[in-house]
Amino acid sequence: MFGINQNCEIALPDTYYTLEDYQSNIPRWCPGCGDNSILTAVQRLCRDEQLAPEKTVFVSGIGCSSRLPHYMGTYGFHGLHGRALPIAEGVKIRRPDLNVFVNMGDGDCCSIGTAHWIHAVRYNMNMTVMLHDNEIYGLTKMQASPTSPQGLVTNTTPKGSYLKPIKPLSVTLGISNVSFVAQVAEWMPELMFEIIKKAYYHKGFSFIRIVQRCPHFTPHVFDDLMNPDSALLLQHEDGLSSSETMLKTYKEQEIHDPSNIDRARELADIDDVLPVGILYRNENIEVYDETRRRQRFVTHKMRKDALETQFDKFLIEPVSGGNGHA
Amino acid sequence: MDKVDTLAKNAPDQTGEKKKVIIKEHIIEIVSDAGEGAQKAGQSFGGISAKAGNGIWTVEIIPAEIQPPPRSKAGGSGNRIRVGSFYITNAGDEADLVVAFNEQSLLGRFESGNLKPDAIVLLEDKWRNHADPDIKKMYRDAIDDLKKTPLRIYEVPMEKECLKIVQNAQRGKNMWALGMLCSVYSRDLESARNEIRLTFAKKGEKVIKPNIDLLESGFQWAEENLDFKFEIPSAGITKPQIVINGNTAIALGVVASGMDVCAMYPITPATSASHFLSEIFENVGGVVHQAEDEIAAAAFAVGASYAGKCAVTITSGPGLALKTEVLGLASMAEIPLVLVDVQRGGPSTGLPTKVEQGDLLMSLFHTHGDAPKIVMAPATIEDCFYAPVTARKIAETFRMPVYILSDANLATGQQPFAKPEFKEEWVAPPFDQSPVPDGKQPYDWDEETGLSTRIIPGQPGGMHTVTGLAHSRQSKVAYEPWTNQEGMENRSKKLAAFQKTLQTPKVNGDDKGDILIVGWGSTKGVIEEAVNIARDQGYSVSSLHIKYLQPMASGIKEIMQRFKKVITVEINYSDSYKDKIFDENNRRYANLALLLRARYLVDVDCWSNVYGQPIKPHSILDLIKERSE
Repeated sequence: MFGINQNCEIALPDTYYTLEDYQSNIPRWCPGCGDNSILTAVQRLCRDEQLAPEKTVFVSGIGCSSRLPHYMGTYGFHGLHGRALPIAEGVKIRRPDLNVFVNMGDGDCCSIGTAHWIHAVRYNMNMTVMLHDNEIYGLTKMQASPTSPQGLVTNTTPKGSYLKPIKPLSVTLGISNVSFVAQVAEWMPELMFEIIKKAYYHKGFSFIRIVQRCPHFTPHVFDDLMNPDSALLLQHEDGLSSSETMLKTYKEQEIHDPSNIDRARELADIDDVLPVGILYRNENIEVYDETRRRQRFVTHKMRKDALETQFDKFLIEPVSGGNGHA
Repeated sequence: MDKVDTLAKNAPDQTGEKKKVIIKEHIIEIVSDAGEGAQKAGQSFGGISAKAGNGIWTVEIIPAEIQPPPRSKAGGSGNRIRVGSFYITNAGDEADLVVAFNEQSLLGRFESGNLKPDAIVLLEDKWRNHADPDIKKMYRDAIDDLKKTPLRIYEVPMEKECLKIVQNAQRGKNMWALGMLCSVYSRDLESARNEIRLTFAKKGEKVIKPNIDLLESGFQWAEENLDFKFEIPSAGITKPQIVINGNTAIALGVVASGMDVCAMYPITPATSASHFLSEIFENVGGVVHQAEDEIAAAAFAVGASYAGKCAVTITSGPGLALKTEVLGLASMAEIPLVLVDVQRGGPSTGLPTKVEQGDLLMSLFHTHGDAPKIVMAPATIEDCFYAPVTARKIAETFRMPVYILSDANLATGQQPFAKPEFKEEWVAPPFDQSPVPDGKQPYDWDEETGLSTRIIPGQPGGMHTVTGLAHSRQSKVAYEPWTNQEGMENRSKKLAAFQKTLQTPKVNGDDKGDILIVGWGSTKGVIEEAVNIARDQGYSVSSLHIKYLQPMASGIKEIMQRFKKVITVEINYSDSYKDKIFDENNRRYANLALLLRARYLVDVDCWSNVYGQPIKPHSILDLIKERSE
């Protein structure tokens, strides 16, 4: 922490990054938007863990949440609606040295980019993924999202949304190679920070669903869940160990072993309370960016030799004189 | 082209030796049910011929399904080999000789007009007395009908002969047929044996031995039973050549270019390029990522390019359609990208295994808004190899997507070309990751050229967020109207700057005259062959082939203006001027014709079709004759 390598007496880093180093443009989100607290949490993570800004990339899709990279002092890629994950995968396969974060909304992840979400879990590439789930399309002005609660009145569902919502955690936990699934709400800053930190240090694809208020279009959809008694705080020595304050605030608690996928799936399926914490973690899943690219250093000679080997396979050296007869 | 006058010429003379007829070229087809190995036999015969110094062009005959119903007209699979005593650039006209493993595959080729009226047919005869009376009848009826045509049909006991050597004649008949062809075309048997040793090298002597036995048996049978024999003299090609198809060439070109990330999604007829790349890429630190869909493949490649070296994505038309939005992003955010589109018949699922050049206008204009990109089209298999090397360099220099438009004709065609000598300059130097000097911006557009230097993650002091939103030189979201205008202008300037580096394409033939045939992509060989024949016959015709379609080199307008008529020849759809409903107000032109008309205000006509087949030289010759009247 604080950029100081305690095992080394000589080479102290000459740079200490402050919070300001991770800030850029002033956020243009609405006052009270939950994205602000997510931004604060990731900036704090970068500062506390002293992630070199030039070695850190925030990739996003399109939507309110996806403006986040513009407000970071790191590198960023504000991509296309739904396509944050494949872009981030490309970055990671090219550059395993970079810290890759992905921020996307519920439209990005659970609707237009669903195929990418499912396969990204399967690839299990080393990145930290935040689903900002406000259960509404905000930037396009209040249309139902796949995570909108049934009956929600929106501009496209004036009689109330017709379908039951998709459950991002249940889906993620159903995909092979799932390696890290957590949930938190943006109104729990301390817990959110701890979870993002755990996610960052997890080797593999860390998926966090962050329940997030949209003060403009869905200010009240989470009213019930915002009552501290509606949260179910997941605790475990291998997961999160919350502070006294947290334990006092969130009295509903469960000791949940993050390696227990069956219980994780049950928790993901619960509707009336909000399980917060680490639902599932498995450090022993192969990471695609490592398994697919073992050999990276290539000299001109290696390339020339590889080509020559292939050319030889297809080489014909014409026999002068042409057609001999058997 | 020289033809064999009569078979009588070939009848054994008094010494018992067959007379060899010397010919300039022959087109040979081998067709079978899928899985019977006709393609392999055809490729081997092409290889043997090339080793003998002949010019060759081979192309696969592919059914749309993996295992189409056996003995069906549309299910025939095989190979067409054009062999000549000169450099060959295309698949040619109708076939002179066809080897068929069943009469339905033969009928398929015959009815689609791919055989000369008097072609020699060497047909498997096992169906004549087949146990199934329906099959027996089908065969006999077909032969009875075909014998009424001028086709010269020889029924050959292929299966019977093969069964003397192997238990399952389906595995091996192709090598027996190869032996037969080697006899017919006076090939060196040892050269053929070597070809087999090479083909089955991995499988060992246990497989090589019976295949050589089959080869020799076929050879011997033909020596004893066929009353004709040909010889195609060498084309005098003596330098080492490599014989590969266009997709393999593109894959090798990707390796040679130094690119090391290829993201793709399976699509015919592009996938074999990725198959080949998958086998060899890891040896040079590369990775082929099979993405979950076409969009993801493009986005993955863009992500990889953004973080360093340029990446490549390989697809065909339907895939390009899906990738559209991502390519707009690459253009907007100025991220280099190489995209290979091995075109097939469209629209929709269209003709997946057949040739078409229907993606030109789409490549130029598919994105919403103005998104400059460079579009090039290889004309030969050799071009396919060098295209990724050039494209990578252009993409990185000009920070934009470069499209390589190949097609099914190049993808499955094989033509020898001089073995490339790898040059270090083909590969990009490692990316400079030194700190970014103060004041340097992510889009420091040069006033004259619009060019700027990329800043990539890892460079201290260069932190910024790239975005597909309209943005400023600092890569900040543009809220002022002039910022968007400025960005658009600069991205367009890059295209103009690149255009200044292009050379005017050379005219084939006189640089003025009655007719100019203009083409692009894989049709170069066939157009030039037809034009040269027409010129020999006294027609005032020349041809022009355009390799860079966007932007186009200077001087093309001036060339076109020196001809009375300009006609594009393309394999895509256009309205025929012969049909009454089409007139000047509603006629829809072929891709290149429309482009040339729009760009140069020259009255360019077009001739195109969508039979899904390579254009034959004589159809262009007919066109020249008709339009010269």
